[in-house]
Amino acid sequence: MFKFFEPNKVFAVTSKSIKYVLFLFIIVISIGLVEALILSPEDYKQSDAVRIMYVHVPAAWISLGIFSALALLSLGSFIFKNKIFSLIAKSLAPSGFVFSIIALVTGSIWGKPTWGTWWAWDARITSMFILVLFYGMYLLAWRIYEDNQKVIRITSLIAIIGAVNIPIIKFSVDWWNTLHQPASINILSTNTAIHSSMLIPLSIMTAAFALFSLLIFLMKYNTELIKIKNKGLNRL
Amino acid sequence: MIIEIISMNGYGAYVWSAFSFTLISFTALYFVTKLQLSKEQKRFVSKYGSLNTEKAKAAKSQITNREILSNISNI
Repeated sequence: MFKFFEPNKVFAVTSKSIKYVLFLFIIVISIGLVEALILSPEDYKQSDAVRIMYVHVPAAWISLGIFSALALLSLGSFIFKNKIFSLIAKSLAPSGFVFSIIALVTGSIWGKPTWGTWWAWDARITSMFILVLFYGMYLLAWRIYEDNQKVIRITSLIAIIGAVNIPIIKFSVDWWNTLHQPASINILSTNTAIHSSMLIPLSIMTAAFALFSLLIFLMKYNTELIKIKNKGLNRL
Repeated sequence: MIIEIISMNGYGAYVWSAFSFTLISFTALYFVTKLQLSKEQKRFVSKYGSLNTEKAKAAKSQITNREILSNISNI
């Protein structure tokens, strides 16, 4: 099954798809920005400050999704002893890290007009901050350690331990009294607390962010494959 | 209308700074990643160019190496 993901097989696809994903991302983000900044209505309580939601929420969702993927891939790397898993995880991490920082910074900007403060050590913000630290440790480990086997073990451990934080972030609003409101959207149910006039721009922006992370992943994955091939040329 | 969009009912500074930070982060990440990719591609081309005919032929027999060489100008 893993033969499908072998570098020789995927490189042709990943290298050709970059320009198409970039083109699609530019179209989707353009529509999303018009929807988020102009067409969507203001909130009756938060007024236009609610528009920050269209960058804050997708960034938080995608950073959580990418870290969950890192943890699963790291688990796969441990179980199947296949280097492809760690190569995919390594290529996913930079965009996840940037998305987690975007979620923190835009959340801080949103907090000032909404709660009257840039920062509060509430459960959701603190657990999100811990996620940024785990992303930082993960990326730093790849830079520090030279030995390939050792770095795969260490980064996999960081991702698996960090995954404990994912349900804490998700359920922090239910388990503790926080400044954040409980979840407004449940993917397992059709009931959402958000009106379609806001849900549509939110979905478009989420799709744009997902396309951007795919774009960065493809570029990073190609970079890693070429690095491997460079080492191969040295051995010829 | 343009002034309304810019001022955002007094929340313009917050909304625009949040969107600007996001788009600047996207642009920075895209260009850093692109730079890393083109650096590795250049390294590959220079290493490939230094190989003798026999080794170059062996290297080119691999599908991925051929793909890398053919994609150099695409990105």
